[in-house]
Amino acid sequence: MSRFLLPLVIFIVLAGFLFVGLGLNPRDVPSPLIGKPAPAFTLPQLHNEKKNFSPADMKGQVWMLNVWASWCVSCREEHPVLMELAQRNIVPIYGLDYKDKPEDGKLWLARGGDPYVLSVMDREGRIGIDYGVYGVPETYVIDKQGVIRYKHTGPVTQLSLIEKILPLVAELQKK
Amino acid sequence: MKKLFILMLCMLPTFAMAGEAQDMAADPVLEKRMIGLAEKLRCLVCQNESLASSHADLAEDLRREVRELMQKGMSDQEILDYLVARYGDFVLYEPPMKSYTMLLWFGPFALLFVAGLGLVMQLRKRRETVPEANLTPEAHQRAAALLNEEDKS
Repeated sequence: MSRFLLPLVIFIVLAGFLFVGLGLNPRDVPSPLIGKPAPAFTLPQLHNEKKNFSPADMKGQVWMLNVWASWCVSCREEHPVLMELAQRNIVPIYGLDYKDKPEDGKLWLARGGDPYVLSVMDREGRIGIDYGVYGVPETYVIDKQGVIRYKHTGPVTQLSLIEKILPLVAELQKK
Repeated sequence: MKKLFILMLCMLPTFAMAGEAQDMAADPVLEKRMIGLAEKLRCLVCQNESLASSHADLAEDLRREVRELMQKGMSDQEILDYLVARYGDFVLYEPPMKSYTMLLWFGPFALLFVAGLGLVMQLRKRRETVPEANLTPEAHQRAAALLNEEDKS
């Protein structure tokens, strides 16, 4: 009997590891930027190129930075979620139009609606590199001190809003 | 004099080529260094490709970034630190030695050790259960004869 016990235990442990592995998302790379100040930038605004925006302007407010592009397919998926969130006026969403032509970006927002307070243009993707962007869309929650508190990779869903983002925003706004 | 002129004419194309090559790759030495470093880095879009071999948009941007950092005079290690600060240890193909990567680095050796230990124990146990046969000289001879017979057939 004990002859079979050890292989059986090894098999169960191995199967357990493999089963957990099936549920993990290999695309979800933990960001080293959580808990660090949001990288500074000064970029021209999409709808008013003469005006700049910089994360420093947002000191004292909890805000979300959403990286999007008109060429990004998954952005279409999250767009209605962001539109609804913007209408609820809970937290301001700022957009980073990543590696996009300004006219394409503007057209995309004109067609689908604009959930952003404003968007800035990162035409060459340099600010994206500073933020560790590797797959659009990505969303950052930034606190009143300008520290990145959460990063969501991939389209924001109602579930991720309810479970993670909104409770965190509420908590940060109280501080 | 004529010979010298012909020789000079023959050498002209080599100058032309050198000029052209310089235009195409701004600095071949830097390009080689960049590719060497990019081979140690993972492309985050196609995760099983190195930054050097990937054609993803982001990989091209990151190669440009590495090239520019090298032009600024940053060392290879400084550039690796720069990328790790943005993309995490995941960007390195070789995981760094840290408390939570100990299992990854030494786990296989631990498994090998345990397996070796098991093998030694098993062999010892077998030696105990299969006793040495104490044969009389005659029995030994008979056994040898039987074995020889089998060899011939």
